[in-house]
Amino acid sequence: MADGPVAELLLRRLEASDGGLDSAELAAELGVEHQAVVGAVKSLQALGEVIEAELRSTKRWELTSEGEEIAREGSHEARVFRSIPPEGLAQSELMRLPSGKVGISKAMSNKWIRVDKSTADGPRVFRVVDSMEDEVQRRLQMVQRGQAEKLGEKERSELRKRKLLAEVTLKTYWVSKGSAFSTSISKQETELSPEMISSGSWRDRPFKPYNFLAQGVLPDSGHLHPLLKVRSQFRQIFLEMGFTEMPTDNFIESSFWNFDALFQPQQHPARDQHDTFFLRDPAEALQLPMDYVQRVKRTHSQGGYGSQGYKYNWKLDEARKNLLRTHTTSASARVLYRLAQKKPFTPAKYFSIDRVFRNETLDATHLAEFHQIEGVVADHGLTLGHLMGVLREFFTKLGITQLRFKPAYNPYTEPSMEVFSYHPGLKKWVEVGNSGVFRPEMLLPMGLPENVSVIAWGLSLERWEPWKTKQKSTCADLMVNSLPSPISPTMIKYGINNIRELVGHKVNLQMVYNSPLCRLDAKPRPPPTQEAA
Amino acid sequence: MPTVSVKRDLLFQALGRTYTNEEFDELCFEFGLELDEITSEKEIISKEQGSVKAAGASDVVLYKIDVPANRYDLLCLEGLVRGLQVFKERIKPPVYKRVMPDGKIQKLIITEETAKIRPFAVAAVLRNIKFTKDRYDSFIELQEKLHQNICRKRALVAIGTHDLDTLSGPFTYTAKRPSDIKFKPLNKTKEYTACELMNIYKTDNHLKQYLHIIENKPLYPVISDSNGVVLSMPPIINGDHSRITVNTRNVFIECTGTDFTKAKIVLDIIVTMFSEYCEKQFTVEAAEVVFPNGKSYTFPELAYRKEIVRADLINKKVGIRETPENLAKLLTRMYLKSEVIGDGNQIEIEIPPTRADIIHACDIIEDAAIAYGYNNIQMTLPKTYTIANQFPLNKLTELLRHDMAAAGFTEVLTFALCSQEDIADKLGVDISATKAVHISNPKTAEFQVARTTLLPGLLKTIAANRKMPLPLKLFEISDIVIKDSNTDVGAKNYRHLCAVYYNKNPGFEIIHGLLDRIMQLLDVPPGEDKAGYVIRASEGPAFFPGRCAEIFAGGQSIGKLGVLHPDVITKFELTMPCSSLEINIEPFL
Repeated sequence: MADGPVAELLLRRLEASDGGLDSAELAAELGVEHQAVVGAVKSLQALGEVIEAELRSTKRWELTSEGEEIAREGSHEARVFRSIPPEGLAQSELMRLPSGKVGISKAMSNKWIRVDKSTADGPRVFRVVDSMEDEVQRRLQMVQRGQAEKLGEKERSELRKRKLLAEVTLKTYWVSKGSAFSTSISKQETELSPEMISSGSWRDRPFKPYNFLAQGVLPDSGHLHPLLKVRSQFRQIFLEMGFTEMPTDNFIESSFWNFDALFQPQQHPARDQHDTFFLRDPAEALQLPMDYVQRVKRTHSQGGYGSQGYKYNWKLDEARKNLLRTHTTSASARVLYRLAQKKPFTPAKYFSIDRVFRNETLDATHLAEFHQIEGVVADHGLTLGHLMGVLREFFTKLGITQLRFKPAYNPYTEPSMEVFSYHPGLKKWVEVGNSGVFRPEMLLPMGLPENVSVIAWGLSLERWEPWKTKQKSTCADLMVNSLPSPISPTMIKYGINNIRELVGHKVNLQMVYNSPLCRLDAKPRPPPTQEAA
Repeated sequence: MPTVSVKRDLLFQALGRTYTNEEFDELCFEFGLELDEITSEKEIISKEQGSVKAAGASDVVLYKIDVPANRYDLLCLEGLVRGLQVFKERIKPPVYKRVMPDGKIQKLIITEETAKIRPFAVAAVLRNIKFTKDRYDSFIELQEKLHQNICRKRALVAIGTHDLDTLSGPFTYTAKRPSDIKFKPLNKTKEYTACELMNIYKTDNHLKQYLHIIENKPLYPVISDSNGVVLSMPPIINGDHSRITVNTRNVFIECTGTDFTKAKIVLDIIVTMFSEYCEKQFTVEAAEVVFPNGKSYTFPELAYRKEIVRADLINKKVGIRETPENLAKLLTRMYLKSEVIGDGNQIEIEIPPTRADIIHACDIIEDAAIAYGYNNIQMTLPKTYTIANQFPLNKLTELLRHDMAAAGFTEVLTFALCSQEDIADKLGVDISATKAVHISNPKTAEFQVARTTLLPGLLKTIAANRKMPLPLKLFEISDIVIKDSNTDVGAKNYRHLCAVYYNKNPGFEIIHGLLDRIMQLLDVPPGEDKAGYVIRASEGPAFFPGRCAEIFAGGQSIGKLGVLHPDVITKFELTMPCSSLEINIEPFL
């Protein structure tokens, strides 16, 4: 049984032909749509070697729908001409005709008609000649008769510009007998059906082969944001290491907790209007822990706890100023202060990952808000070796094993160390984080015991997600800025070279849809080879 | 972090040996510096202004070195070389001495008019100094670096250096009305009043940044000599009369400021760095400063301070086991002359005037660790056992966002800061009704307020993704900020969940279904009773009339859902119907 009447007819014609036949000609001969013949060719092709079909393309000229109308009714200018009686017609009336607007201007340029603007009741249109030839209509009718070739190139292109004529490419098949040619072929089944299973008819049926090279249909699904997938992984790592999450749900912070409590002097450049967002409303913090504030004030202005202090005039007004926190270390300070109030002291490990804010102008590499990742350990007798050991474990979980530590300066840690990792791609050491031991001038006024040390480190989530260039900030001594990062696989993969396509409302949602799982410790896969691609 | 630019060959000459770039980079790393860039004047100009302009420029190799922000003693070639040479134990740290002049001591008298504007001044003299072109350039450059860093762009301290031989003391530091100050400033050919100068400098790319420091004050600070010659009008400009040149032999240095401690540090740094080129190396001639109360002080202070730190404390804090003798040796390499004293466990450390950054034992401990080599320290893990806890609000958020994605919604991450328009006008609300927190100094309108709702961020995300196939189903779980006088800072975050559905049809039933799913996830049954949730017809300016409901859970209003008002859709540059849901998830903790 043949696969539909057209396929059957095709096979019979092909049997009778010597050599082969053209699908378009066959369609004309059979009086069916060309598409029906193409369908038959394709279904026969799918059967294997029954027929061979070679795709050929031919170009030909066809009238557009407007072109067909003109071939039938005459050109707009001819229609305008014909509608003007010998005594002329008001232009306004002429304009109301469907052909009016185009027709008048064309008829004018053909010098068939003229406009007299001196008549009393508005401009009037008169015939200039008694009769005319409608060349446009004649040419289009030629095309309709299949005589497009008889028209000159210039004439055709003029008609094309008027959108009356279009060149179309016709794809036809040259069909010839295949090695397994036969006029009696049975139809292949496309899919298994419940009926086939119950009747057992599937046993006797041939099935159409699948095209395993085609893509599948993606499931309808929601997606998590790629950067927040990285955030989840960092949370996971801290939890695996026994770190407790700190509350950071307070974007608004007083200068006191953001700076003063960290022993960051009031003239420090980070406290400048250029770097930090201050608030107009509410401009000032309403409450501060005044006993503690006094100890902080004394440490800044006079020293104490073994410190010389900064020896300047510390002002409460400055500490009251509200701002958008510039780092999550302000939240760590609050947590450590609370820890200090609990007696006896119990060791603690803390972490947080949340938004921080810098007064930047957005561009391809700068954000005014980003996420800081921070880890803190408070214990008796912690050493620099402990800090380095914790960092080694932390970075191992990120798949980074080659670490090096560089002396650095942070206003509230001493000693301080920048963490560098060897980047095999860039073939150099790149900074991956910043760390240190909190200064006694920060911890002792809180009330922590003298033999308790607090080690801490910070990095930026966005830099991590890893971003190509270094975000350099003017206040280079805070824990999270100037964190460069290895070249980002995610960003290269999706051709992102602007951080705003990853973070914020200008995100590229397709990138979000396509983003893979975040497996920080997974070895990067080698680039696909030619064969695999 | 300040960056110091030095000529490589000059640096190697002073260090007495050459290094490959890699070797020098390594040395910097070890010492806590960073070789940021290797370049030349030609390369810099060509990068900034094109190769044509760079044609005549020098191609002497320059090292740009990042220096820690608290190490003012490393801000010039002289200091860098001294620091590295001592670190490598090639020289002993020089001892800086303040000496009395053979003749009369230079005197700077401060009058009480300065009290309201710039009350402090210190001074010193570098006698019989020998500049060369490179030394002179370094001297000017150091002042610039100090101005940009510790001096906080001259607000805290401003430095003036003068050819002493063109002046005659005693000097007076006072404050006068701008119209009463008239002198010929540096690089000008005629005299101007202070008023005129402030106007002229408004267009001066270098000086305009300093004008604000005194601009609106009734009196301007000014220093002049006994003949009324103006030395400087700090912190803006020096006089031309006393300008120093390569040939200047005797330099009078004054530092004025609002921070006395920092003024003293700045003076100490300049004189310690450049007394190297004085006839009597590392000696500085004292100057006397008389304060308005009649008290007189001698500067520079050049104070050496002694600290005693126990060796076992250093070992304990760093995590090493070095003998006290070794530790003292390590510290000496860091420019901190140290020796073991007392019971043999105590180390006496001498803090030189160049190391103003040493204010606590922890600073000394850090230097011992640096000299020991951070990367030589044995890594260990703290032994304390701790149990981790998640912050409950974040735990709930993490759980919910996974199930939101499972429900077919895609997560977005939008900014917490936005314009007033986003949270008010565009949603048909008056800004005063939002209880939003306002930023006083945003650089652009994008950061005027902290968001009070997540909805604008989601709508802006859709607007930026209009080419994506419909429907768009987005969500975000993040914080918004509301003014709240019950908190210590006067504002409070709330964790919101917001979702939008954007398609050719409004899809209220889809957003409503999402709410039902969320409540299912939170184990809240539908119902009017205390434990259940219910939605009740409501209205809101952001919603289409009759298509808005308020959501109640446990009897408490937690948010709204509905079809957005066409005006809102249009204002966010969208074209399709859209429904949304926004709730506070904190009641479900």
